[in-house]
Amino acid sequence: MSVGKKYGGVYLAGARAALPFALATFVLGISFGVLARSLGWGIVAPIVFSVIAFSGSAQFAVVAVLGAGGGALAAIVAAILLNSRFLPMGVAVAPFLKGGPLRRALEGQAVVDASWALASRGGGRFDREFMIGATLPQVAAWISGTVIGVLSSDVVGNVERLGLDVIFPAFFMALLVDELRDGWRTIAVALIAAVLSLVLVPWVPPGVPVIAACAAALLGLKRRSS
Amino acid sequence: MTTLWVAILGVALASAAIKALGPVLVGGKELPPSADAVIALLAPALLTALVVSETFGDDGHLVLDARAVGVGVAALALALRAPVLLAVALAALTTALLRAFI
Repeated sequence: MSVGKKYGGVYLAGARAALPFALATFVLGISFGVLARSLGWGIVAPIVFSVIAFSGSAQFAVVAVLGAGGGALAAIVAAILLNSRFLPMGVAVAPFLKGGPLRRALEGQAVVDASWALASRGGGRFDREFMIGATLPQVAAWISGTVIGVLSSDVVGNVERLGLDVIFPAFFMALLVDELRDGWRTIAVALIAAVLSLVLVPWVPPGVPVIAACAAALLGLKRRSS
Repeated sequence: MTTLWVAILGVALASAAIKALGPVLVGGKELPPSADAVIALLAPALLTALVVSETFGDDGHLVLDARAVGVGVAALALALRAPVLLAVALAALTTALLRAFI
């Protein structure tokens, strides 16, 4: 664990593992650029947005809210609700990040769904270098996709026609299957989380069900019988 | 135009703050074992909720469409011990084919 060379290898392994997601993110980025351009956002604003926010779900939410005639505040609230899932994800990886508050805050920016999930090692452990490595190609793909999208606004990158939108849930499913091998307690947590999110989806704004489902993790307070 | 820039800056700042909060508050400190146990179970809870909302959720509605079949195929492949990338590729392929022909 001591040499930098080894860390370099882990960063690279993370980046490689993230390539399928980078592809999907790239196509999503194109659709975002096309969509933003069609709303009259111009060329600069969508690109700046992708660079400083780097958040597909939040940016699409802003497109949806502003596109429907909503105001800036409504757009920000929608984005916060959607991105609130990064709070528990950040808490989960926190013990594995390095340095003082500022550095930890910076490293926390590397938390995106696919990287966080890819870096999960089961039993609550996370691989910091792998996560950061996995985020880099996705950032590059998101920004370059946005650029291509705004510049070629009549070429519609169709994520859905290619079935790329299911890459994410299918991959989360794969990680979940791994987690479930941990035992009954994990299975119980997953069942509660599934019920909570299914029940809540029709009633609360998008993003909230994922946060509410975290309540299932409180099962950890129950003492293990072993 | 101002509305757009306010939204862009607001979302970028809020997003960065949300991601920073956990690592800054929790990081580096020893936590009581009960908190560790809860944090360890956040992963399965979050993963489940992401699967459910990205498979059945559609703008605040529950829907059963090609995505559910695709993710179902992936689950089946995983249960049969298929490699992760194969399972994910099968999910995308199934969903794309269903959308093309139905």
